[in-house]
Amino acid sequence: MRTVNQRDRMAEWCMRALTYTIVAAVAYIILHIVVNGAPALTWGFLTEMPRNSGLAGGIYPAIVGTGMLVFGTMIVALPLGMACAIYLSEYATQNRLTGFIRLAIATLAGVPSIVFGLFGLGLFVIFFNFGSSILAGSLTLACMVLPTVIVASEESLRAVPRSQREGSLALGASKWYTVSRNVLPYAVPGMVTGSVLAVGRAAGETAPILLTVAASFLPRLPQTVYDQVMALPYHLYILATQNPDAAAARPNQYGTALVLLLLVLGVNLAAILIRYRFRKKYQW
Amino acid sequence: MTQNVPHPPAKIEIKDFSFFYGATQALHSVSMDMPQNRVTALIGPSGCGKSTLLRSINRMNDIIDGVRHEGDILIDSDDIHRKSMHVDDLRKRVGMVFQKPNPFPKTIFDNVAYGPRVHGVKARGELADLVEKSLKRAALWDEVKDRMNQSALSLSGGQQQRLCIARALAVGPDILLMDEPTSALDPRSTSWIEDLIDSLRSDYTIVIVTHNMQQASRVSDLTGFLYEGKLVEFGDTTQLFVSPKMKQTEDYITGRFG
Repeated sequence: MRTVNQRDRMAEWCMRALTYTIVAAVAYIILHIVVNGAPALTWGFLTEMPRNSGLAGGIYPAIVGTGMLVFGTMIVALPLGMACAIYLSEYATQNRLTGFIRLAIATLAGVPSIVFGLFGLGLFVIFFNFGSSILAGSLTLACMVLPTVIVASEESLRAVPRSQREGSLALGASKWYTVSRNVLPYAVPGMVTGSVLAVGRAAGETAPILLTVAASFLPRLPQTVYDQVMALPYHLYILATQNPDAAAARPNQYGTALVLLLLVLGVNLAAILIRYRFRKKYQW
Repeated sequence: MTQNVPHPPAKIEIKDFSFFYGATQALHSVSMDMPQNRVTALIGPSGCGKSTLLRSINRMNDIIDGVRHEGDILIDSDDIHRKSMHVDDLRKRVGMVFQKPNPFPKTIFDNVAYGPRVHGVKARGELADLVEKSLKRAALWDEVKDRMNQSALSLSGGQQQRLCIARALAVGPDILLMDEPTSALDPRSTSWIEDLIDSLRSDYTIVIVTHNMQQASRVSDLTGFLYEGKLVEFGDTTQLFVSPKMKQTEDYITGRFG
């Protein structure tokens, strides 16, 4: 009996140690960025134009650029992804075609982000002639987050019990009436949460925007959706790799990393708050 | 409960009705006439097809992929599968109450008003009248009249099921299908629902699926016993329970299997 007990405890300690390792790694990354980035984080850094290739001045246009890309990605990916999820979950019969659609979505989720970047370059920048622009960048990022939005949305739709649909149909309600009044309202919080998390990830992506929208140094704000913008992840990449004097770039580099981190954490926090607010409301 | 007086004419006529889920046949040419203003119980072991038969009467099985049927079901001599039949209209005439109470996560008022709204009732006064009438008919009004704007999920299980009955009544059906309506309820709530079924008999034609033989004998006028998708025996409840004609029926109701 004793050996069984000891083994059991050893197993538990192994799991615990491994779990703590993960937490420690995350804590180290965040602490490292906060400690090194905090000194750069002044009001001027957030609100001023960059100067001298980004070595001096602020990162205002990059914050605005990333914000616009996030917004653009959301307004394209959310309706599209939700519509697709509603179709798959509520309307489509389960057959070979839907199996194929699901396979396509899973494949899309596994495509490397640089491939999305090249795809965006080919389709939106060149073929549709949008040029390197907010429009092209948002559409490219939207393609990248679509699978996550679809999967998250479909999961929230499936979490609404079948009895809700049957109850409504049995009263003579049509399918669309049932879906729009008695399924969607309860699934939307979950759909939004999952989608916002996906878009939060997109905010930190470099490869898809590299070829479709991002400018390495553009110290002014965009006027239209056909303009290029700076973006935080790309700015960070430029500062870290494209400067002969690495030490001089370091303060702003850490500052940029910190701002990007806070932005993504902020988006995730918003998503979690939405979920928390609605989770208690519906218990089936 | 059952008298030896002749039953009123058939409200629901099921004629040689077979039903298939893909390649699996769930019902084998079932024929039975369910008289108006009577309670017809469907009994039988799990998987015998009684729920499938019940859900065929308001075509709820249509929402499942890959199903098909043979034979006919007539309501008031009208074929429910005819091309010009709108399933929404059919379900307006044939209400349904489910096994597990399924109130919508809305207010008590909005639950009952859901059906009328579906069918285009918009006036607040008319809705309020319908809701009150339906809740009274389902013997729930006195318990909820002061909290119409509270969530239906705050009600007890038994109250929720009566709310679901009120919700079904609010669209003005003349047939009520009940799929094991008390299997998720405690004995007290069960007897409430059984009393309610008894009082609804005068205005509605009721078909009830039940696992509970005592319940079938308490509430129903006629009983059909299904086994492996076939209607083994169908007749007056007292007669079926006291002197069943078929050996299988006798074995089932005396608890020898099932």
